[in-house]
Amino acid sequence: MATTTEQPPVGFGRHKRVEDARFIRGQGRYVDDIKLPGMLHGAILRSPLAHARIVSIDSSRALAHPKVVAVITGRDLEAQNLAWMPTLSYDTQAVLATDKVRFQGQEVAFVIAEDRYAARDALELIDVEYDPLPVVVNARRALDPDAPVIRDDKEGQTDNHIFDWESGDAQATEEVFARAEVVVEQDMLYPRSHPAPMETCGALADYDRVNGRLTLWCTTQAPHVHRTAYALVAGLPEHRVRVISPDIGGGFGNKVPVYPGYVCAVVGSIVTGRPVKWMEDRSENLMSTGFARDYVMHGEIAANRDGRILAIRVNVIADHGAFNATAQPTKYPAGFFSVFTGSYDLEAAHCKVTGVYTNKAPGGVAYACSFRVTEAVYLVERMVDRLAGELGIDPAELRLRNLLAPEQFPYACKTGWVYDSGDYPTALRKAMALIGYEQLRAEQAERRARGELMGIGVSFFTECVGAGPRRHMDILGLGMSDGAALRIHPTGKAQLALSVQTQGQGHETTFAQIVAEELGIPVADIEVVHGDTELTPYGLGTYGSRSTPVSGAATALVARKIRDKARLIASAMLEVSPDDLEWEKGRFFVKGDPTMGASIQEIAMAAHGTVTLPEGVEPALEAETTYDPPNLTFPFGAYICVVDIDPQTAKVRVRRFVAVDDCGTRINPMIIEGQVHGGLTDGVGMALMEVIAFDEEGNCLNGSLMDYLIPTALEVPDWETDYTVTPSPHHPIGAKGIGESATVGSPPAIVNAICDALAPHGVRHMDMPCNPSRVWEAMQGRPAPPQ
Amino acid sequence: MQVTVNVNGVDHTREIEPRLLLVHFLRDELDLTGTHWGCDTSNCGTCVVLMDSEPVKSCTVLAATAAGHRITTVEGLERDGQLDPVQQGFHECHGLQCGFCTPGMMLTARALLDRNPNPTDEEIREAISGQICRCTGYATIVRSIRWAAEHSDSSSAQEVSV
Amino acid sequence: MQVPAPFEYARASSVEEALELLARLGPEARLLAGGHSLLPMMKLRLAAPEHLIDIDGLHSELGYVREQDGEVRIGAMTRHRELLESELLARRLPIFTDAERVIADPVVRNRGTIGGALCQADPAEDLSAVCAAVDARLVVRGAQGERSLTMQEFHRGPYQTAVGHDEMLVEVRIAPAEHSGSAYEKVERRVGDWAIVAAGASLTLEGGTIAAAGISLSAVGAGVRCSRAEAELTGRRPSDELLAAAGRLAAESCSPVSDQRGSAEYKRHLAEVLTVRALRRALSRALQEEA
Repeated sequence: MATTTEQPPVGFGRHKRVEDARFIRGQGRYVDDIKLPGMLHGAILRSPLAHARIVSIDSSRALAHPKVVAVITGRDLEAQNLAWMPTLSYDTQAVLATDKVRFQGQEVAFVIAEDRYAARDALELIDVEYDPLPVVVNARRALDPDAPVIRDDKEGQTDNHIFDWESGDAQATEEVFARAEVVVEQDMLYPRSHPAPMETCGALADYDRVNGRLTLWCTTQAPHVHRTAYALVAGLPEHRVRVISPDIGGGFGNKVPVYPGYVCAVVGSIVTGRPVKWMEDRSENLMSTGFARDYVMHGEIAANRDGRILAIRVNVIADHGAFNATAQPTKYPAGFFSVFTGSYDLEAAHCKVTGVYTNKAPGGVAYACSFRVTEAVYLVERMVDRLAGELGIDPAELRLRNLLAPEQFPYACKTGWVYDSGDYPTALRKAMALIGYEQLRAEQAERRARGELMGIGVSFFTECVGAGPRRHMDILGLGMSDGAALRIHPTGKAQLALSVQTQGQGHETTFAQIVAEELGIPVADIEVVHGDTELTPYGLGTYGSRSTPVSGAATALVARKIRDKARLIASAMLEVSPDDLEWEKGRFFVKGDPTMGASIQEIAMAAHGTVTLPEGVEPALEAETTYDPPNLTFPFGAYICVVDIDPQTAKVRVRRFVAVDDCGTRINPMIIEGQVHGGLTDGVGMALMEVIAFDEEGNCLNGSLMDYLIPTALEVPDWETDYTVTPSPHHPIGAKGIGESATVGSPPAIVNAICDALAPHGVRHMDMPCNPSRVWEAMQGRPAPPQ
Repeated sequence: MQVTVNVNGVDHTREIEPRLLLVHFLRDELDLTGTHWGCDTSNCGTCVVLMDSEPVKSCTVLAATAAGHRITTVEGLERDGQLDPVQQGFHECHGLQCGFCTPGMMLTARALLDRNPNPTDEEIREAISGQICRCTGYATIVRSIRWAAEHSDSSSAQEVSV
Repeated sequence: MQVPAPFEYARASSVEEALELLARLGPEARLLAGGHSLLPMMKLRLAAPEHLIDIDGLHSELGYVREQDGEVRIGAMTRHRELLESELLARRLPIFTDAERVIADPVVRNRGTIGGALCQADPAEDLSAVCAAVDARLVVRGAQGERSLTMQEFHRGPYQTAVGHDEMLVEVRIAPAEHSGSAYEKVERRVGDWAIVAAGASLTLEGGTIAAAGISLSAVGAGVRCSRAEAELTGRRPSDELLAAAGRLAAESCSPVSDQRGSAEYKRHLAEVLTVRALRRALSRALQEEA
């Protein structure tokens, strides 16, 4: 076990976290920790009904409350053209409802009071009269001709259809299916779940009337995008808007969208002339903020009897809730779902995704879904297991027969992605050896003979992350490139300003490690600045595992710019030609005479000093760069899970979980392991217990942590992790990103294990969450989607 | 009404509404924002503090009830500039990512180790089973607490430059 | 975070003072014991009493587990954690130990009390079934003195007990017979969750036959006791078939509802499974096969 006296690496390696210092002392600074003089508190009145016309809103009793300062309704916002705002998907969303409410929990009024308790009391003093309308919460039924039209506010919208999107070659795929020896079909649902970070969403808006400046502290994973959004939406001049993400208590995609509560806080501050803080409570978080998944999928897989997989075809109905607020790159309304081609060499593939409105909270992206990669991987890995069952071939063996071979990379899949690099069979074999696959199958046979239910599930995933090339990928028209700015001070200390925004991923350490690797400056001498739009270069934020692929690249490149300049300055200092210098981490030295050299610290001082610089070289040692990635990156992994199911109570226990991950070059193995552990726990949650369900009236049934169940320390095993390294050829340091790998790869491993365990009961598939009742019902031959 | 609550060894007297929850008393009256809140139903545990050395969910205790008890928050773990072994352990073993559940986890760990200086991994998991972490997957939290258990006597506690 | 509506606050430092306050403040006053049943309801504004009488200070008077006159007596302010750690209960009434392991979570157990749990009478709450299975008598005190109630008399339905607005529960008394054993079995979706179904059982043996049986189910709309299943067992020699029959009868006699925790069919099935498991463990404890 590492002791405190070990020297930390200068560069990549196991480096304890710089940011820990404040968190272990309880000195983190989250939005709700911030207090400003004269600060007021906002609270949102929300609709109890899922679909209803608003007949009247009477705020007079609330306004009479001695501690209430203002009440804002949709009507007030309408006068400022602020009642509706654009979403990140070019739809519109109501900030405060005007004509109708369209999901249970929708924002109807905003109360501003002297303290949070009074604000909560005042909510009960606002009288709203509703006229209920028919509700539709089932995505398929939302497309029925007689379904109630939810978005009658949109010109020309006569149904609940949002978009159709296709990828791949339908014709070629049909031909392959026609000649295939075996075709397996399966309906499967990826249920609606919720990121539920431990810190809920919120904002503190401070509008300075005198200078016309807005400062907004906000739980946002993308502060620059939010700043631009407020400029576009609220007509505030962008150079006078400052968005600050302080410490964020978990994001997981939940903190990407612009929420009505933020806009109300901004309006509230403008109207009252005082700072206004809005922090949602947990029920608001679960009922109204960006959810994840809710994909109703129909998958088909075509193969030959010898186990050769030929093609995959998928039809999806995507439930986007009442407003299409999903954060996806513009050209990808279904995100990167088209990577359902998976880790196999298919002859053909095709998918069609239809987005629909329902009377549910607006979606989403969220919850570490890598822009729908989670759904795609779940689909393909479940279909491969279904195929294995149909063919009577061991699921690991079937995968080994079909995995892409290392020499096939870079690999252009049938939906257009170019996977950058990978050695898939090695990773799977490593996982199998680690878990003792053969012995487990033998054990399973013995247990089955005794009537016990033991299951082994394999999942091999290919992700595509690190969005993305700006000519293909934008959000709200903002290309997905990110900047990094590096300054070396005269005393050799460094400051790196980043556009991405950590919510726990350890950026203050890992990005400093990238600089340390390139320049040899110790991590302790590098300050990473992030989260404040005033202090950082422009970027699209942290989600979809993009920080390392995009900002990590920017950081490496900006450090190299510094190093290139440092070489020129060193050449002037040492009075040699730049070509006569060699670099070893931290210093340049004269070829053939290592005693003659200059450290990066000495060069920094000289850069600010008086030494004559070469022609065209400016003083100081600073550089900036904005990185436009040439491609996404493709982390991958092999996961194997063992479950035991009590045959009488149908309770599932995850006995073991082995995860072999490949994220390319590994910056900090300690942090990578932590990211993987967290994602694996997400998988247990989604597979066994997490769901946001609704009844027929549109009542949300999981609006508290009593009903939205998240795994505790007793529900997860001691994770067993290992890795392989296949660097990304197009990334400056070969890193691919790791943030969402485990969330993507683990649910199918667990569900595959559960279906494997239940095979003796004739269960071929069951949907998540696999809680005891649903498992038991599946054993009785009655598998059903969650209500 | 007026209440006097002893927090981290110091008595604090404030004029409050009876309904003021202990978590808000700590955060808003005393500016001790290391104690967090994360739910409405006493499930998440980000609000855990020690009351007479035992972990309690401060969102489900009235400030008025806390009067007459000794409250310890995360700010009270460090003594005379020395981090508690639990705090050191979380740093050594990467027991935190976003840090939001961390104060509560560390206080529960402190209480556990005070009662049971050498717990098994199962006992550690049981002790923290009333608190949710969304980031770490718990294994590193268990390791952090184990580190603290193994480095608890003053001879092995070191000045950590964190 | 949600917060309670305003209320007036009083502190009681003795049972007498608490009763006096209850009488004076009337039906809009509620006792605040551990707070982990009442405060969550108040935060969600499902309950809004005008007065709270804080009896946290009564823990010294009413927090105990002791033997007296052959009975095990538990003070109403005894915390869940104290019940879990009680060596006396583990020895004589392990049904309590079984149940407390799976009630709420370790942090909540530091505050919640047996009196609070029983008086809240949540239909999925565990200690009601535990007390019912072992024939507990509940001592309720008011201005007029004390009365002792059976669980059938005490527990009137979901969230309803026989405790008057100017009375308080002070003690739980159980008289475990010789050669008796008890056990509790529970299945929940996740650690700390309410039971999907739970079963408490107590068996007393005499000369190789079952002299008395107590079976109580939680969370499935069962009566306070499963009397038909108990009648099936009484006077008979224990066997796998007999326990299975009792399990079936217990399952038939309850009224589970389909909800987020489980389907009615599953709950009925689980009631049978858990009744048999609880009976089996109670039996082996009665036979002193188990520690």
